[in-house]
Amino acid sequence: MKSATPSFGKSLFELLSSMRFAISLLSILAVASIVGTVLKQAEPYNNYIIQFGPYWFQVFEKLGLYDVYHAGWFLLILAFLVASTSVCIWRNAPNFAREMKSFREHVSEQSLAAFKHKHEAVTAYAPEALATRAEAYLAGQGYQVKRVAREEGLLLAAKAGKWNRLGYFLAHAAIVLICIGGLMDGNLVFKAQQMLGMKKIETRDIPQSQVPAISRLSPANPSFRGSVQIPEGSSADVAFLNVADGYLVQDLPFTVALKQFRIEHYSTGQPKSFESDLELFDQSGKKIREATIAVNHPLIHDGIAIYQASFADGGTKLTLRGWNLFSAQAATFDVEGVVHQNTTLSSAAGDYTLEFTDFRPFNIENMGGEIDTPRDAMAVLGGSPVSDNKHLRNVGPSFQYKLRDSRGQAREYSNYMLPMELDGRWYMMSGVRDSPNESFRYLRMPLDASGSIDSFMRLRGVLLNPDLRPEIAARFARQALPENAWNTEIEDKLKFSATQVLALFATGGFQALSGFIEKRVPEEEREKAAETYLRILELSTFEALQIANRSAGLPPPAADDATGWLVRDTLNSLSDLFVYGAPIYLQLMQFDEVKASGLQLTRSPGKNVVYFGSLLLTLGVFFMFYVRERRVWIRIKPGHALLAMSAAKHTLDFDKEFAQHAQALDTLAK
Amino acid sequence: MEIALNQPAPLLKRLTWFDWLFAAIVAGGLLFALSRYGGFMDGYEKAILLASIPALAVFGWFWKPFRVLFIAVGALSLVALGQYGGDLGRMEQAFLLKYLISSQAAIMWMCALFLLATVTYWAGLLARSDFLNSTGMAMTWVAVTMGWIGLMVRWYESYLIGPDVGHIPVSNLYEVFVLFCLITAMMYLYYEARYQTRQLGGFVLLIISAAVGFILWYTFDRGAHEIQPLVPALKSWWMKLHVPANFVGYGAFAIAAMLGVAYLLSARGILASRLPRPEVIDDIMYKAIAIGFAFFTIATILGAMWAAEAWGGYWSWDPKETWALIVWLNYAAWLHIRLVKGLRGPMLAWWAVVGLFVTTFAFIGVNMFLSGLHSYGEL
Repeated sequence: MKSATPSFGKSLFELLSSMRFAISLLSILAVASIVGTVLKQAEPYNNYIIQFGPYWFQVFEKLGLYDVYHAGWFLLILAFLVASTSVCIWRNAPNFAREMKSFREHVSEQSLAAFKHKHEAVTAYAPEALATRAEAYLAGQGYQVKRVAREEGLLLAAKAGKWNRLGYFLAHAAIVLICIGGLMDGNLVFKAQQMLGMKKIETRDIPQSQVPAISRLSPANPSFRGSVQIPEGSSADVAFLNVADGYLVQDLPFTVALKQFRIEHYSTGQPKSFESDLELFDQSGKKIREATIAVNHPLIHDGIAIYQASFADGGTKLTLRGWNLFSAQAATFDVEGVVHQNTTLSSAAGDYTLEFTDFRPFNIENMGGEIDTPRDAMAVLGGSPVSDNKHLRNVGPSFQYKLRDSRGQAREYSNYMLPMELDGRWYMMSGVRDSPNESFRYLRMPLDASGSIDSFMRLRGVLLNPDLRPEIAARFARQALPENAWNTEIEDKLKFSATQVLALFATGGFQALSGFIEKRVPEEEREKAAETYLRILELSTFEALQIANRSAGLPPPAADDATGWLVRDTLNSLSDLFVYGAPIYLQLMQFDEVKASGLQLTRSPGKNVVYFGSLLLTLGVFFMFYVRERRVWIRIKPGHALLAMSAAKHTLDFDKEFAQHAQALDTLAK
Repeated sequence: MEIALNQPAPLLKRLTWFDWLFAAIVAGGLLFALSRYGGFMDGYEKAILLASIPALAVFGWFWKPFRVLFIAVGALSLVALGQYGGDLGRMEQAFLLKYLISSQAAIMWMCALFLLATVTYWAGLLARSDFLNSTGMAMTWVAVTMGWIGLMVRWYESYLIGPDVGHIPVSNLYEVFVLFCLITAMMYLYYEARYQTRQLGGFVLLIISAAVGFILWYTFDRGAHEIQPLVPALKSWWMKLHVPANFVGYGAFAIAAMLGVAYLLSARGILASRLPRPEVIDDIMYKAIAIGFAFFTIATILGAMWAAEAWGGYWSWDPKETWALIVWLNYAAWLHIRLVKGLRGPMLAWWAVVGLFVTTFAFIGVNMFLSGLHSYGEL
């Protein structure tokens, strides 16, 4: 009665060791793994809130979907896989070991006769003589043979390919080993400490020295994977571990100092190598090691591997010249800044905070340009594999900053240090965007003949100055009208129009002009009116340029194409200022670059276990697939021989081999 | 007695003079490369080159046609190198380079021949014509030869562009697609000879044609054939091992899936009289998945070891890594069912076909839809 209801332990054992369970586990693990590839892992929690909304954010957080591969349920699946594999080994091991050793020489005559693969031969040889010949043959075929005396003759029991079973052990033990190695490098210890309240994730943005001990991990921590950014000339004795929505501080047993960080480039401008010159100091400050690391070439010290992971600006000093864009003056002011630091700017329009975010010494840009397609055989072949990089150009340094107003609203700007050539003319470029997922829209400020934006700035000042408008209008009217029309009503009208156009433009650029036209002019005449206004604006601006040059003590501008373009570009640029969103423009005059290197520091004691497991896995897989286990019996009686053959796996090769052995037996027996 | 027993002699005793000549050519060629270019290699790369000598020699002994392929590819590649003479501009002047054996010309020939071979194999299958099937096989062989020449010459061309630009052509999606076509075709040719059946060529060549279609689109629409310098992360000798090993896996899984299609059609009576017996198709399918699984295992392990050196951890659950694991688990389950349960038939054929979708996603889909550390060769 007792055996009718198997115990729970026994059922569990049966379940764990069943093939169905193993295959289900493999499938579940595969499906579970997909989750973490579809959902970006370990992003800042804010991104998830934006993506899913507060409700689903919490649901997904509870499910551990932001770090699937360390979630409890995922580890549970892995644990089941390890358990199932271990039980499978445990269950099969004794049997397989016996199989490997055994020749199965006790097989009965009836069962041999019942084999599917059997062959009979008639022989004139004495049993002993035939057995010797057959034994030699089988040995030559790679079989181990055992000769057993039986009544009326003897039995040859032979086996080959026992390593197949060994392959099974190796491969399955390897899975267990690899999982154990992985667990050794996982964060189970921390998770346990966290659950017991011994450790806590730090979520505040505070200097690392102020992070309390509960969020720090000791240098003795056996396994971690952290990162740290070190500016040139500085050092660090901690690494940061990103965990969930916060971080932990890992104290290192040494101090890493960065002497220099270098980027080398190919001739096309793509990065070729990232290298950091590091120095390691022990806790007493004694230098213990000096090395250069690069991508693919880490430094391993004291079981901790130091990798070149990323790079950034380490606090470049910037010397800037600023213009107040909406002032009627072209005067400048100086600003000093450091990347990753803030500066306050006070102006009549209110206080602004300048947050310098980045500096880039190179910018490789695709400057367009038609790629001529060859029309001969090369076109049919898809062209030459030699890429044409003529359109790639280094446009020089740039820096980025955020301008935050007193209400906390910020826009991001990216200004190039050097002018850029576009459509054959040169401009200073300043990009602006409202949020990081937009691309920059560029303000282009034209350069004058001397290669500076001073003319633009002076002209801008004059155009924005209401006091100068009557003079501009008067000069414009005189230039536009023949002498006999001077001092007439026509001149007054023209002066009035010019003043009006200039005033409108100064309040809102082309947008304001077109708004005015739409409001005041009937639809059919709008195009003509726009043309007229534009003409008035351009000619007046030319007059404004004369005034600007005069007050700057410069000779009057030449009436040539270059001046024409300067006028038109200034008007376009000035119009764009109204959507530029900042009252100032900052030009980079000088910089003192400081780079920072992003290092990754890892200690993974499980690595060698995983590698050993991998070796076993490889061996195991090859043994299992390429060593075929098979057995041959030859029962020899006087005048008669019976060959029977079996294999664990029945393949076409097995059929072929059986046919060969059968033929061989016929030949031997003859 | 010994003769009649048909006893296979040990491998070394079975070798012919040609086998030894082949081994000598391999050793001579590779040692020459080592003496000439050794100065540009690090210790690992030298070790890989030296280890290639026995590996290639034994591979040629094991699969005899490889010897001729190797010698033909080597000789024609050397002709191409001679035609270049160190001047990249010769690509558009020298007749042989321009129309035949510059890398791009050779790869386009490979594409054209694979497409022709596909049509020919199908015609042979439908018309039950041995002649057409043999022609398809010959075309496939020539295509493989041209493809290898293309890769070899491309390797050389990359160094002509700049000594610091040069690298083995397995670094981007374009190059590995060519590699995929070649490996898949060679594995198929091996099975074709081994099982003495040419009726499956049309099926396997279909997946190669799809890859060829991708190569053509990628070339003409995206200009992906241009040789680009390596990003720092790829500058490692690991690439020479990890990438080819992976593509043996991908190629084998692709063959298995196409055989799965043949099996399923045959099981429904479609083309059944023209195709080999289902047991034969099933057996090749199993062999393909077994070798694919073995190489995919090695490739993933090599990848993990490279990751440990480049990214600071042997396993980061990067999407590409995770999908490699999914592919591995998928075929592990397939093999368990087949080997332990002894199951055969349509279910496993279907599974092999579905497996190709999983593999394809791991191969291309991850690059297209998911971002991660493996973002080389984005579409």
